[in-house]
Amino acid sequence: MGFSDADLAAIWLTLRLAGVTTVLLLIIGTPIAWWLARTRSFWKGPIGAVVALPLVLPPTVLGFYLLLAMGPNGAIGQFTQWLGIGTLPFTFWGLVVASVFYSMPFVVQPIQNAVESLGERPLEAAATLRAGPWDTFFSVVLPLARPGFFTAAILGFAHTVGEFGVVLMIGGNIPGVTRVVSVQIYDHVEALEYAEAHWLAASMVIFSFLVLLALYTLNPAARRK
Amino acid sequence: MSNDILARFNLYWPGFALDVNLTLPGRGVTALFGHSGSGKTTLLRCVAGLERAPGGYLAVGGDVWQDGGHFLPTYRRPLGYVFQEASLFPHLSARGNLEYGMKRVRGAMGRAALEHAVDLLGIGALLDRRPDQLSGGERQRVAIARALVLQPRLLLMDEPLAALDLKRKQEILPYLERLHDELDIPVLYVTHSPDEVAHLADHLVLMENGSARAAGPLGELMTRLDLPLARDEAAESIIETVVAGHDDNYKLSYLDFRGGRFAVGRLQRKIGKPARVRIHARDVSIALKEHRDSSIVNIIAARVQELVPLNDWQMVVRLGLGPEATVPLLARITRRSADMLELTPGKNVYAQVKSVVLAD
Repeated sequence: MGFSDADLAAIWLTLRLAGVTTVLLLIIGTPIAWWLARTRSFWKGPIGAVVALPLVLPPTVLGFYLLLAMGPNGAIGQFTQWLGIGTLPFTFWGLVVASVFYSMPFVVQPIQNAVESLGERPLEAAATLRAGPWDTFFSVVLPLARPGFFTAAILGFAHTVGEFGVVLMIGGNIPGVTRVVSVQIYDHVEALEYAEAHWLAASMVIFSFLVLLALYTLNPAARRK
Repeated sequence: MSNDILARFNLYWPGFALDVNLTLPGRGVTALFGHSGSGKTTLLRCVAGLERAPGGYLAVGGDVWQDGGHFLPTYRRPLGYVFQEASLFPHLSARGNLEYGMKRVRGAMGRAALEHAVDLLGIGALLDRRPDQLSGGERQRVAIARALVLQPRLLLMDEPLAALDLKRKQEILPYLERLHDELDIPVLYVTHSPDEVAHLADHLVLMENGSARAAGPLGELMTRLDLPLARDEAAESIIETVVAGHDDNYKLSYLDFRGGRFAVGRLQRKIGKPARVRIHARDVSIALKEHRDSSIVNIIAARVQELVPLNDWQMVVRLGLGPEATVPLLARITRRSADMLELTPGKNVYAQVKSVVLAD
């Protein structure tokens, strides 16, 4: 026994989706987290709540609205059609967009906490030592908040690997395009192929365990204590 | 071209307002002195650009750092800043902290400046340690060196000793005194400690409720009877002197100033070197004649300039020492003595100084 070609395709697709999503989230989520950590604006509460919504919403609700938004009449759909790349549902990039929303809080919140606990002082010290804002970010914030970024990347990746409902709503079940591991397991079970389901399911358990183990043992913050 | 620092800031926060318009000298140490909440740290942060006071004006040695819409961000201002807590970067060694700023300053003097700062603060043996392996005093010395390495045109220090215990303070104070003697850039030094003022300051800005109550040379402000310093229990006068000679027989040193000569216990200091002394108002008494039959060594001709009641039984008297009565000295005496001696402004008297303490 082992993985079938379809299983391997699903695994490869899942890893690719999670990897791309994590990279995008670190790029998009960092400025959001930075802003949330440092602003005194009235909008901090509302924006923070919107970012955290996927934590409490059923994935199907999120998937439903994203499907509408990315559809031919939705805002995102209009935009992508204007760009000449058609609509996103039932494509890999549709899944990426959905995953970015879905996993956003898992990336934003650890970074936000790390930046908040950093406080104002290291940034002020850097400014008095002639470091501009970008310089300060790379030479002071990134090294000091590294545990936060590390946690954010791991959680963002792992959470994307584990998503199911949103994928089903947005991407359906197209082999090699949108059929990720969780959907593949669902298909196996539907077809009463329990042995095949076991292989994938057990792999997911082991993978998740290893990820969390890495998070708790390798994380510089956890190690320092 | 004036080297002065022109600073005008207005800042309104709930429960606090900063309102200053100051011209500060372009050399020497200017102490921003006041209670907590008096606005001295806020003023310093405005000078650094860490706090934005819209509509403010700041020029340092002829360069405008803030004026109307023009606001030079902190990282473009050629200043050094020492925070109350050392605020070293924990992810860098002491050396890494020193080099952080050095790498970001244009100009090739970097290495030499670093070595000089390391030397001045005596931190050569600490360079490879991380901040968490340093004591509080050592951290603060590294932080001061880190600011000096930048070769700033203005050094800002925000209560650099306040977070340290007495022992650590005593450990750092000599280094600060060395800075005072060797630096030729202006230093703004925030403190609430009269002791640090006496040791380090040349000029004083007295902060009260967000504004500058008075500003001027240290010796003058400490002896102005309309200011709280002269009325304090620990009121004292600061006099700059020069070592004039030593008496190895009696183990005394003679310190000359514009108004005369003090004798103090033998100093380990060369003739011609400056020496700053502090004299407590309570250690000065007043006589109408120059008593030669007294054990008091330091008796100096003086003229009464002003006297005000301190409480219902004491007066504080400002004397002028020397032929032109230009060097101010405070004396605290009883009201009865003032009446008996018939002290009035302009009267020529003798100041009997019981104790002269070196302050640098």
